[in-house]
Amino acid sequence: MADARFAPQEILLPVKAAHIALSLAVALMLNLLPWSGAWLWIKPDFVALVVLYWCIEQPRKVGFVSAWVLGLFMDVADGSLFGQHALAYSILAYAGIVLHRRVRMFSGTPQVLHVVVLLLMNDLIVLAIRLAAGAEFPGLQYFIGSFTAGALWLPLGVLLKLPQRPRTDPDL
Amino acid sequence: MEHSPPPFFKTGPTPLARLLIFSTLSLAFLVADVRFNYLASLRQVAAVILYPLQRIAAAPAGIVQRIGDFFVTHSSLRADNERLARENFENGALLQRLKALEAENTQLRNLLAARDRLPVKLHVAEVLYAARDPFTRKIIIDRGSQNDVQAGQPVVDNRGVVGQVTRVYPWLSEVTLVTDKSQFVPVQNVRNGLRAVVGGTGSDGTLELRFVPVQADYQNGDELVTSGIDGVYPAGLPVAQVTQVERSATQIFARITCTPLGGVANYNQVLVVASDSTFPPRPVDAKKAPPRAKKGKAG
Repeated sequence: MADARFAPQEILLPVKAAHIALSLAVALMLNLLPWSGAWLWIKPDFVALVVLYWCIEQPRKVGFVSAWVLGLFMDVADGSLFGQHALAYSILAYAGIVLHRRVRMFSGTPQVLHVVVLLLMNDLIVLAIRLAAGAEFPGLQYFIGSFTAGALWLPLGVLLKLPQRPRTDPDL
Repeated sequence: MEHSPPPFFKTGPTPLARLLIFSTLSLAFLVADVRFNYLASLRQVAAVILYPLQRIAAAPAGIVQRIGDFFVTHSSLRADNERLARENFENGALLQRLKALEAENTQLRNLLAARDRLPVKLHVAEVLYAARDPFTRKIIIDRGSQNDVQAGQPVVDNRGVVGQVTRVYPWLSEVTLVTDKSQFVPVQNVRNGLRAVVGGTGSDGTLELRFVPVQADYQNGDELVTSGIDGVYPAGLPVAQVTQVERSATQIFARITCTPLGGVANYNQVLVVASDSTFPPRPVDAKKAPPRAKKGKAG
């Protein structure tokens, strides 16, 4: 296990349901902030990011139901087709749950690479639905958000693990 | 990491089965929404649950603006005040003329036994945010069915038409901007009274006049206002200005590009226009000819 590609396995406190719910609500709110102009393209889909994080970290606590319901909320907030985000997030949750053991083995860059690919898949699903419904391709800047999300993945992991860290060092 | 033993035997349906269930459900929702327009009530419920979060999310921008307002300098306030006083004075003169003209217009219309122009009511609404959906051009405003906003009402700002209310929730509504690809506004050229339909192109800042014959008299700089024959937009609201006219002999229609006059890209305050468009029923032809398909909104 001396290989730097693999993540050191930490011992963390069990995650509280309220903590998960709060993080998802905050992600939803970040998505609802009045972004405009170029920020709209750069901004990652926070809900997809946090849902994917919990599906990888706690696949038995967060899964399809929360992903799907949050997807419906995003559809209402964006005024988009009812069910497009729900479908995309469900598939994202599936990918996260199936790959969670593998992704958690990696640390740093390899983990981010997994995440970016999964989020790009999420974008592609939404794109496919909209193209099927008669929209036009909005340009390649549509995919920028997923790369921003990849850049935010490691800080997000540190942030969301904070409440799970033991208060004091048990060895002392 | 896991503090409870993994449930080896009771894990419920496999992830693949769950994926199938939820994707089928989502696809059913999609089809029901796109093809049949069901699920409007479910959308309303979700919108009501979401409303507090939307308001909280819109709050920081408001606070930042208020802080900005607090730190205005005395000189800029003075300048603003002077400018507003001057504008008020000029507008006052215009308003008096307008009132005289309106009275004269009513009298003339009475003489001609024509219908009075529809009275128009305006609601001021604050733009909360622009929808994140990159495929459409929509904004969300903070007035909804509780404030008598109805789907289909036009939305304008101080310079021109911004869009149309397309979906109404209890306290919010969605406005589709004129630049959206699916949005059409019947317009009239101010210079010569030619009527046409202007449609969005999906990109900010350009509109397109559709199905205008090559010979039609359009020039750069022509101002287009709503023609009012659709019963949705009151007549005479500025919509766009022609910026480019391309005529080619191989095409049946001219390519006419315009820029919207309303501030479709800046998000502050807009007006929702509520007019009681109780149009008289379509006149019945004397010969009782079979009703032809609607001739479209272009004149």
